[in-house]
Amino acid sequence: MPDTQPQIPVTVLTGYLGSGKTTLLNRILSENHGRRYAVIVNEFGEIGIDNDLIVESDEEIYEMNNGCICCTVRGDLIRVVEGLMRRPGRFDAILVETTGLADPVPVAQTFFMDEDVRSKTRLDAVVAMVDAKHLPLRLKDSREAEDQIAFADVIVVNKTDLVTADELRAVEATIRAINPAARLHRAERAGVSLAEVLDRGAFDLKRVLADDPHFLDPEEHHDHDHAHHDHEHGHHHHGDASPIHDVTVQSVSLRAGEMDPKRFFPWIEKITQLEGPNILRLKGIIAFKGDSERYVVQGVHMIIEGDHQRPWKDEEKRESRLVFIGRELDPERLKRTFEACQAA
Amino acid sequence: MPTVAPLDLDGHCVVAAFVSDVPHFALADGVVHRLADGHRQVAAHDGLTCATLDERGERLLTGGEDGKVTAIGADGSLEHLADIGRKWIACIASGPQGAIAWGAGRTAYVRFADGRTKSFDHPRTVEGIAFSPKGMRIGVARYNGATLHFPAADGKPTELEWAGAHTGITFSPDGNFLVTTMQEGALHGWKLVDAKHMRMTGYPAKVKSLSWSPKGRWLASSGAPAAIVWPFQGKDGPMGKAPLELGTRGNTQVTAVACHPADDFVAIGYADGMVLAARIADQKEVLLRRPGKGAITSLGWDRAGRRVVFGSEAGDCGVIDIAG
Repeated sequence: MPDTQPQIPVTVLTGYLGSGKTTLLNRILSENHGRRYAVIVNEFGEIGIDNDLIVESDEEIYEMNNGCICCTVRGDLIRVVEGLMRRPGRFDAILVETTGLADPVPVAQTFFMDEDVRSKTRLDAVVAMVDAKHLPLRLKDSREAEDQIAFADVIVVNKTDLVTADELRAVEATIRAINPAARLHRAERAGVSLAEVLDRGAFDLKRVLADDPHFLDPEEHHDHDHAHHDHEHGHHHHGDASPIHDVTVQSVSLRAGEMDPKRFFPWIEKITQLEGPNILRLKGIIAFKGDSERYVVQGVHMIIEGDHQRPWKDEEKRESRLVFIGRELDPERLKRTFEACQAA
Repeated sequence: MPTVAPLDLDGHCVVAAFVSDVPHFALADGVVHRLADGHRQVAAHDGLTCATLDERGERLLTGGEDGKVTAIGADGSLEHLADIGRKWIACIASGPQGAIAWGAGRTAYVRFADGRTKSFDHPRTVEGIAFSPKGMRIGVARYNGATLHFPAADGKPTELEWAGAHTGITFSPDGNFLVTTMQEGALHGWKLVDAKHMRMTGYPAKVKSLSWSPKGRWLASSGAPAAIVWPFQGKDGPMGKAPLELGTRGNTQVTAVACHPADDFVAIGYADGMVLAARIADQKEVLLRRPGKGAITSLGWDRAGRRVVFGSEAGDCGVIDIAG
């Protein structure tokens, strides 16, 4: 009989050494939040908690043999997740901790590309811990720090007590320039509310962007305490060479009216096929002409998913919004071709 | 008419096998159940990851999430063979002269009958491990190919390259061929005398179960709506030949296969829990068990080839008497 076991949510936790990742992990393992986590780590190392559900795993990146160089998965996760799922009932969710130098993309793609893993689990969100004090330095000396921010759904700016208000604003502006679509939280000593990190449904098409009425909105921020004057940095730079030194990831935010599905779908398919290796993430809400429901899309490299989410509300403006986060994107071409998909 | 003696257990059955003709069921929770004078059990691990029969079919070798390797006899005796610490044992194999091998992380271990253990480090994870039936030789499945060692001797390993992730491995019973399962629905083979490649592709799902027919004339595999059975009678294996498809069903997949110990028959288990037997010669099928609660994970024959033991993902296991 078909397996009716519900899919177990998976949270991916990225962040550099010293970003506060282990502190957050320890909180998730020890605080009483009503959920039991199986945690997959690269090294038992600093986690001072003895728990049968902490599994050590050697990072093992496998290129899929389908001619697509961006189709990489974490082979070790396939085995560990498969093993964990043979004994369900011991935990409610899985948390994958990656090393500071790890590329989050193969981790995320594992949950889309491996049929066995996909049938039993679902990627919930990619969370990046960022050290407010050391981020500028990290961005100078590594591409991974930037990738982790670019790829995240939730970014926790940690150690805010160690920087001045101006430094914090600059760090947040940098993060926004790399990734305008993520949710941003400030924290001291990894003291973020766990509800903001766990069970986010960031890859769930029914939930992605659902609680985010101001997605890509130039006038609003997710974070209400966010200062206003950095908007010109954080948003709508339309992928112009980033004003921030040391940043190679760009985001291209697009906005248009109602779309013609006959134009939009071939377009998005072609773009992800051609530009897949350069696209880290894409997310969007599309208004199709004559369609009473919002259509949401999201993607990782060449993997793209889309579905109807919910009916448009009366007061909502029926417009299409899409953000690409990646490298070597051509903003003018993306804008022109996106706008050409509009319904006549 | 085949008759089924069910054994409903609580949990995922990793391996079902006859140990000295006694049906054994190794569950993922680490408990090994057996049907000898009633239902008995022995707790082998906190979390069992893999298991296999020893070469003579007299002990079940198991590996666990606890980093331990054990051997269990049909009388319920349990011997700890190794403890490598807090690392999952990923795969286990039995070899000639009482040798066993297992993989954990990037290391392959070989334990000889006298208890001596040797380890072999690899640059990538040991995904699968197998002994050659001839000589003291092991094969390790790894990313981008396979590595062969002669563990009793010191020397350089032989590297066999083929791009992609190789997840499981088996030698043909005559020792002439090496076959790996791959991450993307394919088998890859090497003819060992000249390292010639054999590509066996087209599976809609990953191949998780392989079984050689007596004398290695055929290799049966899961991963498709039918059992895919490759001909290995010729000196070049299945190259240029099409496989047989046994027990084709439209709405489900084959998840486990086991060749009869003497005749060219294959027991075939499906994702819906059904078990069939099919004859290679004329592809004639016999229903052995109707669909159950979960996918069949493991099948095994007794020595006489009269009974089939089966295990499932949902724990609804049992023993089928072919003659009834």
